[in-house]
Amino acid sequence: MSQLLFKNRRPNHTVLLDEYRQNGGYQGLEKALRELQPAQIRDEVKASGLRGRGGAGFSTGLKWSFFPFDAPGDKYLVCNGDEMEPGTFKDRALLEADPHQLVEGMVLSAYALNITTGYIFLRYAYDQCYANLQRAIAEAKQAGLLGRNILGSDFSFELHVHRSAGRYICGEETALLNGLEGKRPNPRSKPPFPAIKGLFAKPTVLNNIETLANIPHIVNGGAQWFSDLALTEEGAGTKLYGLAGHLNNRGCVELPMGVTIGELVEEHGGGVWQGRKFKACLPGGASTPYLTAAHLDVAMDYVPLEAVKTRLGTGGLVVFDDQTCMVAATLNLMRFFARESCGWCTPCRDGLPMVCWVLEKIESGQGTVDDVAMLRELLGHINGRSFCALALGAMGPVDGLLRLFEEEVLDHVKKGRCPLPRNSSLKES
Amino acid sequence: MAELLSAEEIIELKGQIAAVHEPRELIIEVLQAVQKSHGWVPDAGVKLAAELLGLSPLQVDEVATFYDKIYRSPVGRKVIHVCDSICCWTRGTELVYRHLQQVLGIVPGETTSDGCFTLLPTCCLGACDKSPAMRIGDRLYGELTVERVNTILADERQETEA
Repeated sequence: MSQLLFKNRRPNHTVLLDEYRQNGGYQGLEKALRELQPAQIRDEVKASGLRGRGGAGFSTGLKWSFFPFDAPGDKYLVCNGDEMEPGTFKDRALLEADPHQLVEGMVLSAYALNITTGYIFLRYAYDQCYANLQRAIAEAKQAGLLGRNILGSDFSFELHVHRSAGRYICGEETALLNGLEGKRPNPRSKPPFPAIKGLFAKPTVLNNIETLANIPHIVNGGAQWFSDLALTEEGAGTKLYGLAGHLNNRGCVELPMGVTIGELVEEHGGGVWQGRKFKACLPGGASTPYLTAAHLDVAMDYVPLEAVKTRLGTGGLVVFDDQTCMVAATLNLMRFFARESCGWCTPCRDGLPMVCWVLEKIESGQGTVDDVAMLRELLGHINGRSFCALALGAMGPVDGLLRLFEEEVLDHVKKGRCPLPRNSSLKES
Repeated sequence: MAELLSAEEIIELKGQIAAVHEPRELIIEVLQAVQKSHGWVPDAGVKLAAELLGLSPLQVDEVATFYDKIYRSPVGRKVIHVCDSICCWTRGTELVYRHLQQVLGIVPGETTSDGCFTLLPTCCLGACDKSPAMRIGDRLYGELTVERVNTILADERQETEA
C-alpha cells in the first residue's frame, strides 16, 4: 500500500529537515527548479486529477488555471489550515508528523504560479503544528530551500504563518482572507473571486494543507502514477481519512482514494464500539449529509459519495452506533452551526437557530407533524439563499435526517418522546 | 489600571508591525499580547491596539469581539474550553460538561468565586480522535472521564496557587 503523506509518520515523532531529505524530501523542488517550467507543473497537477482536500473538492488544476500567473505585481499563495470542521483532524496529523511536505508543496506551487509570497492560515488550537511549521520554515530558509534565490535559482518565495483565534467561518476562503488582513472575518461577495481579487485585493490562490502537501509527490511521481493510486476509476491519489465517533479505534489513516466506508469502519476503525451495530455516519465532517448501514459499500471518493447525495468533504468519517438518536445528533450539529454563523446574512443567522428550536421541540417530545413539515420548509428557505456556503453545509445533516430517518423523526412525534433507549452517559437529558 | 504592556513589549510589537505588509495583519498578535499580560482585553487594550496599528478603536473591536478566544470580559486565571461538537458528543462530553459545572459550582460563562476558572464551551478543537476533549489555557486534554477531570482540575488549580 502506497503511503505518500504519512510515509515518514511515526508515533510522537516529528520529521526534521535531515530526515525529510534522506527520504526523498525536496527532490521534487530540486527537479522543478533544475528542469521544469512552471507551466509543466501546472499541467501535471491538472492531469493528476487532484481535487481540493479541504471540503469543497474542486479540481486543483482547474482552480490554478483561473489564476493570472503572468499578471504583474503582487500575487499570493494562501494555505487554508483553519481545519475547524468537526470530525476533521487530518491536517493536524500531517503537520505533527511531517511539516516539510507543506513547505515544499507551497514553494513548488508558488513556482508553478509565479508567486513570491505565501501565508499559512492556521487554526488557533494547533500549538504543536505552529511550532513544527516555525521550525520547518527556519530549517528550509537556512538550507536555501525557502527565501531568496532558492537553490541558487532566480526564484524567491517568502512564507508567513498566521494564527487564528477561533471561529469556523474562517475556513470559508473569503472570510479567511479578511481574517488574514486583520479585518472582521465575514465572507466577501463573489465575484470577484480570490484568483482575481484576493488577499490585499491582489490575485490569490487558496489551497488546503493536504492538497498542497500532495504537490511534491505529483511532481516526483508524475500525474499518471498519482492518478493510478486511487481505487476508483475517476479518483486520484491517496486520502487522509479521519476515524471518529463510536468506533473502537479512532485516528487518522492514509489510504487510497476510494476505499469503502465498510473497510474504514471494520478494518481501520476496529468496528463499532461496545459490540453495537453501525447506524449512520457523516462521511466527511459535520456538514456532509448522513449515510446509513445500506451505504457501507460506497467508495470514499468525490463522485461515488455525490451519487448517494452526500460529499467526501474533508474525509473525516464520524460513526454513530445503533443507540444514537439521529434527531439529537442533528440537534448537536445544528447548535454548532448556529453558534458558528458569523451573523452576516439573515437565512444563516436567524434560520439556523430556528432549526435548532424545532429540533429541540421534536427531541423533547413536544413536536407535531407540522414541525416536521416546517423543518422541510426551512431546508428550502435556507439552502441556496445564504451569503456563503456555511448555511448550505449546515443544512446537510437536516437534509440527511429528513431523507433517511424520517420515520425516526415522526416516531418522536407519535410517541411524544424520544423513542431511543436512554443511554445516560451519552445522551442529553 | 496597571500598565497593559511593558515598554519592551511595545517596542517588540512595533518592530513586528513595521515588518509586515499592512499593520492590521498583526491585530490578533497585539490583542493576544494584551490578553497574555492582563488576562483579558479591556477597552484600554482595544485603544492601545488601535494606536499601535493605526486603526480606530471600532476597527479593532469588531475583530476583538469576533473571535471566541479573545476575551472582552474579565475571566478567571484559567479559561476552560469544553468541546461540545459532534465527536465529543458521541463520547460523552455532556457528562463531562455537567460534572464541571457541578464541581466548579458555576454555569457556562461564569467564573469561580476564587477567580481560578472560567467555564466556556468551544467548537471542535481538532482532537476528535481523543474525544471528549477540553482545553485549559494552552493545554489540551483528551479522553476525558469524570475521574480524569477531577485530577486535571486539582493539578491546574494547584498551579495557579503555586
